[in-house]
Amino acid sequence: MNPGAGDAFRKHADSFRINPPILRLHSIISLFKKDLLLELRQQYAFYGVMLYVASTVFVLYLAIEQPEAEIWNALFWVMQLFVCINAVAKSFLQESGGRMLYFHTIASPAEFVVAKLLYNLLLMALMNVLTLGLFMAFMGDPTYDLPTFVGISFLGAMGLSLVFTMLAAIASKAMQQASLMAILGFPVILPQLLLLMRLSKTAFAETFTDGISLQVVLLLALDLSVAILSVILFPFLWKD
Amino acid sequence: MRKTWWKILCVCLLVYAVVGGLLLPVPEIRQLQETIRNLYYHVCMWFAMMILFTTSVVYSIRHLRTLDIRYDIYAREFAAVGLILGLLGYATGAIWAAYTWADPNSPAYASFGSIVREPKLIGAAMAILVYFAYFVLRDSISDIDKKARVSAVYNIFAYAMLFPSIWIIPRLLPSLHPGQEGNPALNFNDIDARMRMVFYPAVIGWTLLGVWITSLRIRISLIKEKNWLNG
Repeated sequence: MNPGAGDAFRKHADSFRINPPILRLHSIISLFKKDLLLELRQQYAFYGVMLYVASTVFVLYLAIEQPEAEIWNALFWVMQLFVCINAVAKSFLQESGGRMLYFHTIASPAEFVVAKLLYNLLLMALMNVLTLGLFMAFMGDPTYDLPTFVGISFLGAMGLSLVFTMLAAIASKAMQQASLMAILGFPVILPQLLLLMRLSKTAFAETFTDGISLQVVLLLALDLSVAILSVILFPFLWKD
Repeated sequence: MRKTWWKILCVCLLVYAVVGGLLLPVPEIRQLQETIRNLYYHVCMWFAMMILFTTSVVYSIRHLRTLDIRYDIYAREFAAVGLILGLLGYATGAIWAAYTWADPNSPAYASFGSIVREPKLIGAAMAILVYFAYFVLRDSISDIDKKARVSAVYNIFAYAMLFPSIWIIPRLLPSLHPGQEGNPALNFNDIDARMRMVFYPAVIGWTLLGVWITSLRIRISLIKEKNWLNG
């Protein structure tokens, strides 16, 4: 590489460096509000996912009316996974190139991604309540300790929404976005899902109770690391 | 000589590992018998795979820091060779399992089912799937700079999510696979001194072979892509 090209290259590389990340609370809040407002105005997306949840639960009910605890648990987590992919996928896909350019002028990438993470957390928490309610209504309540299961399901929804937000950001840069997100996401989310399914067994019987706090801490640590990685890595996805 | 000594070392170590691995004495364990010699191939493949994947992530980070497209080529080739070693590790593991875990009294598919459900194998399968997904992602982006950047981000993210869980989760689930309490074969107590004499050289030898293959692949890629690399 000739020296002139090297200089141009370094300048180009410098434009990607944001050290340390800029995080202003008011921009995060306004970006978060913007997503919320868009959701409230164009409700088709929210209702679309809601309809998806309701019809899937109804199909499951028609297939197996009152499943046993273990099958109930498995179906619930599979459902959570697909709901999350559908709900979170659109968070980056809806932003057109021009709009991204506009956000670029008013906010830092870290603020943008933190707002998205928070918004998807809220969305997924809502979806979790909905899924759980419909599961209880249609397929019975096989849990032994309902509050614990609700807590674990929120923990799971949190982890899923954080991981898939970042994956949606990656997939939005490629072609075939929706199918790519599933390909990229499944191997990455599987360990966490495995841990969650195992953890939620504690809510169905009295037996498995050792090492729970360790697993909860592990899941929270994973969530935190996803958030930190998103803030560090998102700036590289943000510019074209 | 300055640049070739490690290739000579690699050949010597591998000749020693193959000949020594088949001929030197091994401890007699009833359920393993002579299949224990597979440790020199199976476990070494996984070690080499982990080392190559880690190297790939390091080059991805260097790519993001400098945006030099060469580092992206390095990261891609290390991941590709790591993937090949991973598949070889899977194959050697399957052969080993066929002689030790498979139940001769039940049909083949039943043993296969119980082997596939092993938590360690699930972890290994996930590692391989992540890198398949990495190559699918690469192929789905046409712009070269964008491809390099986005795939580097995925490489780092997936590695950071996957590897801690591969090391932690199998310890929480019951498994037939050895190494429940720590890192299998790294612990000084669970590997016999006679085996260590062959095992460590074999790990280094297979890793060096992986690096050698990768370096050749990198050189081919650099020649193929030199037109736009030097602009």
